[in-house]
Amino acid sequence: MSAPPVLRLEGITKRFGALTANDDITLELRQGELLALLGENGAGKTTLMNILFGHYTADSGRVIAFGRELPPGKPRAAIEAGIGMVHQHFALAANLTVLENVIAGTRPLGALGLGSAAAREKLTALSAKFGLAVHPDARVGDLSVGERQRVEILKSLYRDAKVLILDEPTAVLTHQEAEQLYHTLRGMAEHGLSIIFISHKLHEVLAAADRVTVLRGGKVVAERRASETTKDELAELMVGRRVARPRRESQAPGAIALKAARVDVGTALKAIDFEVRAGETLGIIGVSGNGQHTLVRLVSGLERPSAGSLELYGAPAQRPTPRGFVAAGIGRIPEDRHADGAVGEMAVWENAVLERVREPRFSAAGLVRRAAGRAFAREVIERFDVRGGSEDSPIRLLSGGNMQKLILGRNLAESPRILIAAQPTRGLDEGAVAAVHGEILAARRAGTAVLLISEDLDEILALADRVQAIVKGRLSPPIPIEKADPRRLGLMMAGSWEDAA
Amino acid sequence: MIRFERRTHVPFSLRLAAPIAAVFVALAFAGILIAIAGAPVLEAYRRMLIGAFGSRLAITETLTRTAPLILTGLAAAVAFRARLWNIGAEGQFLVGALAAAALGSQHGLHLPPVLLIPALMLAGAVAGALLLLGPLALRLRFGVDEVVTTLLLNFVALLFVSMMIEGALKDPLAFGWPQSVPVVADAMLPKLVARSRLHIGLLVAIGLAVVIALVQARTVFGMESRAAGLNPAAARFAGVSLTCVLVKVACISGGLAGLAGAIEVLGVKAYVTTDLSPGFGYTGIVVAMLAALNPIGVVFAALFVATMFVGADSMSRALGVPSFIADVIVALSLLAMLVALSLANYRIRR
Repeated sequence: MSAPPVLRLEGITKRFGALTANDDITLELRQGELLALLGENGAGKTTLMNILFGHYTADSGRVIAFGRELPPGKPRAAIEAGIGMVHQHFALAANLTVLENVIAGTRPLGALGLGSAAAREKLTALSAKFGLAVHPDARVGDLSVGERQRVEILKSLYRDAKVLILDEPTAVLTHQEAEQLYHTLRGMAEHGLSIIFISHKLHEVLAAADRVTVLRGGKVVAERRASETTKDELAELMVGRRVARPRRESQAPGAIALKAARVDVGTALKAIDFEVRAGETLGIIGVSGNGQHTLVRLVSGLERPSAGSLELYGAPAQRPTPRGFVAAGIGRIPEDRHADGAVGEMAVWENAVLERVREPRFSAAGLVRRAAGRAFAREVIERFDVRGGSEDSPIRLLSGGNMQKLILGRNLAESPRILIAAQPTRGLDEGAVAAVHGEILAARRAGTAVLLISEDLDEILALADRVQAIVKGRLSPPIPIEKADPRRLGLMMAGSWEDAA
Repeated sequence: MIRFERRTHVPFSLRLAAPIAAVFVALAFAGILIAIAGAPVLEAYRRMLIGAFGSRLAITETLTRTAPLILTGLAAAVAFRARLWNIGAEGQFLVGALAAAALGSQHGLHLPPVLLIPALMLAGAVAGALLLLGPLALRLRFGVDEVVTTLLLNFVALLFVSMMIEGALKDPLAFGWPQSVPVVADAMLPKLVARSRLHIGLLVAIGLAVVIALVQARTVFGMESRAAGLNPAAARFAGVSLTCVLVKVACISGGLAGLAGAIEVLGVKAYVTTDLSPGFGYTGIVVAMLAALNPIGVVFAALFVATMFVGADSMSRALGVPSFIADVIVALSLLAMLVALSLANYRIRR
């Protein structure tokens, strides 16, 4: 507490049209401190950090770094004052090496050569000091996401940053990488750096930060020491009301609805076996990039087995196409709602009916029945509490959570016999996660067979009845959820399922 | 700091104002060039208007020029909507014209006029569509970029026409000029206005613009092709067959360009020469862009472009400003339109 503040934001207010993104926010960061900025999507976290870094100009308020006020709207001044920012989407050149990326922009325009000997020494020293292992001559394009993030952090450190801001640093990382990152950040704080990181994940904030500032609706609603608060308290502060993630109740599963028997898909999936029964949820857990993408395509009707068989309700799938699967009562929630789930420029109602538009109730003689489509969309909006637009607004205007509720709704409104849910809550805030989980559990209760493909351990533990791990295109044998704990699942995700058994 | 912010909703008035503003900006810039050429600017524009609309003849000539531009403009608009980059309307126009001329001559089909004219129009459309299906097949099968293939086929089509009118289809009575045997009188399109060149092709073109607007807005095919153009991955996920959509779109787009060629032969020239098209196919791309790919907008954009070309000829005769000014105005309008569209879709904040 005795350390002096290295950074102070005073009365920051920023409006975008009618929206007040930041409302009179005051915030302090002390030397060697790890501060978490917690809030739901749209709470104003990123706006605040962009003002601090000079990307936006605040309507009122001041930013004071190391006792000096920063001129507004000048990122270079922020860099010179020792502030470094690591964005959610990295700004690295894939075809350059780590060293080249780090020194790019630090040399005067007319300088001859890159002065790389000295730079290399400084980079190597930094990466040794802070445990940010990455080879200076590796091409950035060949690095994993976690390694690229280290390069971004090194870039800031190389510019002598003493305050580091990280925007949702773990959004793109696996569980293990995230833990590694927080360990590194902790070490950096011990070396005297001051760090702010943005997050909406409660357990990370509690595990990693010294202090937590909670934003809601553009205002600071609370400040807590991480050691003196709980997950439940933070969740309530963040959402503004009590949110409890719904719980799964046990029930006896029915007949087999979806079954894969030794299915290969090209080289992406090898001899996978699984079965999902009515009224049961099968969770598929795994680190991103282990074949989930192809698995989702397979069970969505976009990919056919190259060997083995995929059975629906005890018989081989008749029409293994998206429309055939929809007609067979399969609801599908794609991995990436923006890329696969919605056509941003089209209206909400068109997105609601697109996969069923050839059914007689939505079209006749090649003409779309617009009234029926709109009515269906209104029903989905009403029942699944989709906010932020009417059935006629372009779907891109909806927030991620509301878009996901619409995608979920257009499937669940049809009471599907099977539901494929791929990463259903990725990138959603706490309130939306609870809503989506509630709907998936309700569908299971109503007898839907749910195949849940997720990278989120908590999600699998909360929703699934049985779990299989996906590793390099193979599936582990299933284990009942009662026997699943994070350690055991971790082993399964690492591919050693004999040890886990 | 000035920033652009995307509008959540673009009002209709703004979408209408964008092309109009673009045209005025283009005319203002072209005015500088006219002044440099030593002519009084306002007088030049007055002459242009008179040239395009000043008499019965002027009006019918402008509208005669508009008809094929509507069709090639629609060809580009339909294709671009579905992200099929058909740059080959010029070639499709030529093969369409050649097909209509070959089947419409005394050596071709023998049918009563009520059947002959639709049959020849269809023949032109089919020829145009076939010329586009080749590049589409290459794209779907091998991923060959259709911008390159359709563009290069324009030259192939032109040389093919040249070969035919110097050879198999050469008119022996044309004093050695390379032109095709003329179509029979029964094959010529009825005139819309007596003692002019204006023919019912204009009505066909406007009718098709309305039909296409309705197809895009109201049918399953329209909805699916919009989805396929805006987000192919999401369309595929929803079960839209991209191959199926693109084949249909290619048939419509190539067909419209081929029909434009057929109508130009059957309505105006009666025979084919290599200079039948003063760039109708390429200008169609500009027309489509000026119309922001809207089928109804294409009709007005085509009228504007035709006005500029017909008007510039007459201004050039009166004031000595080179008639290439029309090309400059049309090109400037296109550039201004692209800027205007961005300004309509975004708002500026400081």
